[in-house]
Amino acid sequence: MPTTLTVNGRRVRVDAAPDTPLLWVLRDALGMTGTKYGCGIAQCGACTVHLDGAPVRSCALPLSAVGNGAVTTIEVLHQDRRGKALQEAWIAHQVPQCGYCQSGFLMAATDLLARTPVPTDADMDAALTNLCRCGTQPRMKAAIREAASRLHDAAGRREP
Amino acid sequence: MSPVSRRTFLAAAGGTALVLGVVPGFRRLRVLTGEAAEIEREAGRLNAFVSIDASGKVTLVTHRAEMGQGAYSVVPQMLAEELEVDYATVEIVVAEGDSARYGSQITGGSSTVRGSLTQLLVAGATARDLLVRAAAQRWGVPPAECRAERGTVVHPASTRRAGYGELVADAARLEPAPKVPLKPRARYTVIGKSLPRRDLPAKVNGSAVFGLDFRLPGMQFAVVERSPRFVGRVKRFDATASLKVPGVTKVVKVERDVFGHRREGVAVVATNTWAAIQGRRALEVEWDDGDAPAVDTETLYARMREAVRSPGNHFRSQGAASVALERATDVLDVTYETPYQAHACMEPLNCVAHVTADSAEIWGPIQGPDWVRGHLADALGLPLEKVRVHMTFLGGGFGRKAFTDWTHEAAMVSKAVGGPVQVVWTREDDLTQGPFRPGMVYRCRGAVANGRVLAFEGTMAGQNMNAQEPGSDPRAFNRDVVEGIHEGWFDAIGHWRFGDAPLEAPIPVMWWRSVYSSTNAFAYESFVDELAAKAGVDPFTFRRRHLRDARVTALLDRLAQVSGWDGRAKGQGYGLALTHCFGSSAGHVVKVRRAGSGVAIERVWSVIDCGLAVNPDGVKAQVEGSVVMALAAACTHEMTFAGGVAAKRNFDAYRLPLLRDVPPIEVHVLESEHPPGGAGEPGLPGVAPALCNAIADLAGTRIRRLPFDLARI
Repeated sequence: MPTTLTVNGRRVRVDAAPDTPLLWVLRDALGMTGTKYGCGIAQCGACTVHLDGAPVRSCALPLSAVGNGAVTTIEVLHQDRRGKALQEAWIAHQVPQCGYCQSGFLMAATDLLARTPVPTDADMDAALTNLCRCGTQPRMKAAIREAASRLHDAAGRREP
Repeated sequence: MSPVSRRTFLAAAGGTALVLGVVPGFRRLRVLTGEAAEIEREAGRLNAFVSIDASGKVTLVTHRAEMGQGAYSVVPQMLAEELEVDYATVEIVVAEGDSARYGSQITGGSSTVRGSLTQLLVAGATARDLLVRAAAQRWGVPPAECRAERGTVVHPASTRRAGYGELVADAARLEPAPKVPLKPRARYTVIGKSLPRRDLPAKVNGSAVFGLDFRLPGMQFAVVERSPRFVGRVKRFDATASLKVPGVTKVVKVERDVFGHRREGVAVVATNTWAAIQGRRALEVEWDDGDAPAVDTETLYARMREAVRSPGNHFRSQGAASVALERATDVLDVTYETPYQAHACMEPLNCVAHVTADSAEIWGPIQGPDWVRGHLADALGLPLEKVRVHMTFLGGGFGRKAFTDWTHEAAMVSKAVGGPVQVVWTREDDLTQGPFRPGMVYRCRGAVANGRVLAFEGTMAGQNMNAQEPGSDPRAFNRDVVEGIHEGWFDAIGHWRFGDAPLEAPIPVMWWRSVYSSTNAFAYESFVDELAAKAGVDPFTFRRRHLRDARVTALLDRLAQVSGWDGRAKGQGYGLALTHCFGSSAGHVVKVRRAGSGVAIERVWSVIDCGLAVNPDGVKAQVEGSVVMALAAACTHEMTFAGGVAAKRNFDAYRLPLLRDVPPIEVHVLESEHPPGGAGEPGLPGVAPALCNAIADLAGTRIRRLPFDLARI
């Protein structure tokens, strides 16, 4: 049945059963494949998107629960200054290997920096519970540190 | 990096372009252009396939998959060295499956670099030589006075320059030199540099197209209910409730070939993935398991423990190990066990298939496109040229995606539907259907004398992944019984014997990153450490005493230096292991410390000697990944079986490491004059034994069964 939702700032109409997880609405109905399927039970975080600015695992979030919430996906992450800084640091540190889990990690890490601008290793350990099979975790930590430091410096320049 | 078809590529590259391919010759690779290349292309003998068009754009056909190892960067990097172009400007065309043309395309065995370096250097040098000669001819100067740099030929004396694009038409009319001298290693300016990966921008913004992201117009989605006991046939199924789920369009029995054995399933096809999943939930299937044994983990391991008590069906030996051990007064006789493992790629298996009455086309995360093509041609009764197989990005492979069962099944679903369909494996399907890394039991017997190994006897029990096809003998000798051991040990030990006691079980098994090395090394490198302790000799000294090869010595020297081994005290929790597989040696030191009632991993130091490292940071990344995967397989996950069914169905039970579980990992890549070895796998096997050797050093507790809980030591 037709439902209207807000994805990346645009109102879109989709025809999907209300119990359809947001993940499959994004991927199959809207053709936005940057958000990945990994487990279907909110364990791996490959499907992480933001709902009203907070990270959610879209594989376990039914369309009926999205309502008027604003959904943000990896496709527009570069519009967020933290997201962009993380994407740049990810490349600088050559983080991804296969790359499949990285969308979800970047969405989760962007939220971490929004809440904790200069996270410690312990902050990262607590906040990032996504899974990566290629073993890119050490480089992710280095990249988050660098992005945090760049954002911090930039903020310092703006507010001397 | 667009997956342009070969036909389109050839059409675009023809005319005013320089097109060349490399053909395996009698004594050396031959490089051909023009009509000669066309003849070989028609004959299906060209492999590295390079073209330069009139705009100067270089296009390179790569026949290996990008599964996280950086193929799409390191392959053009190897071409760029002799061709004198910027590797970032070389356009990659991903080859379709075609073994006649490209040779084996399997992305496995850590072969991407070591399997293509020579042909890419030769292709690059030959093309550059043609372009230089074309320019020299045009300017009326000797070719020796000209040189190539960054896609341009220059004549310094007259300051004349010509871009490659301006020269291709003339170059294509020249005869390629039979042998162009290659640069000495010291003059490399591209190879040996940690150039950034070209596929990463697409992998941080969601635009990279993995198999699961591939779409065709009118494509439907399907999931398949398969026999949970691997062997079952569909006795009957009832699709009434499935077909009532909105979006479900068809429910059909399908089959796939698992190592030559027909396996059945029931596919639910729908307009979207979720509807297919819901339709499958409503499906009723009754299975006929025949008389296949309903194995469980305990039974399997009991059989393997029993099997290693006897000397094994087959063995390789030197000297007289059994006599030496009989005469020895103090024999160490212990058993090591490693678990079954799922590959658990983050991208579950999936495949898009479009089969018509007289053709088949496949897109997916495929490690062996040439195998998939051959298999499908047979299965569908189509001529080879009517089957096209395309590789997307792979969201992990680790051996699983080299196999041809799931692509076969997707083709069957498409055939039944009469249109394009994407078959999606749920995480539960991906974890429980196999094939798995086989569980293994090793019995090691040994004795020391005068600070050296006197005799070493290893007996391995487990399923033989090399003998699963119908007609093959599952009790045949498993030649991989010693994979992973540094071969220096065979010279150093007077009496050794490695035997194999194969286990027969209905569980499909397959390569899992570093294959048998991943389990052999745990047993043998733990046992070497136990023998060193028995001899009262430091683990480094013990290995140095036996392995006298200069490369091993250099590796151990570096590893001791970076890990601070000589400055440590015994009992501080340091462990060492050294292995060799897929053409490269790797050593690891793991440092553990007490943490509550268990231990924590403080740091891992790894040194790899992979010969020439074409992209050192790429090698580092592969070793880091290997360390994480090995630690997880040692302490976090295992696949178990109950009643013939794989019992861990999703990541809540088959746990992968979290960020907090991954220790700091310091990787050092040795500089080496030797040809390149593998990088994707050799860093894995030594990690588990180094960890367990560290725990033995710290706590005196010897871990002989994986996985184990770090929190309870």
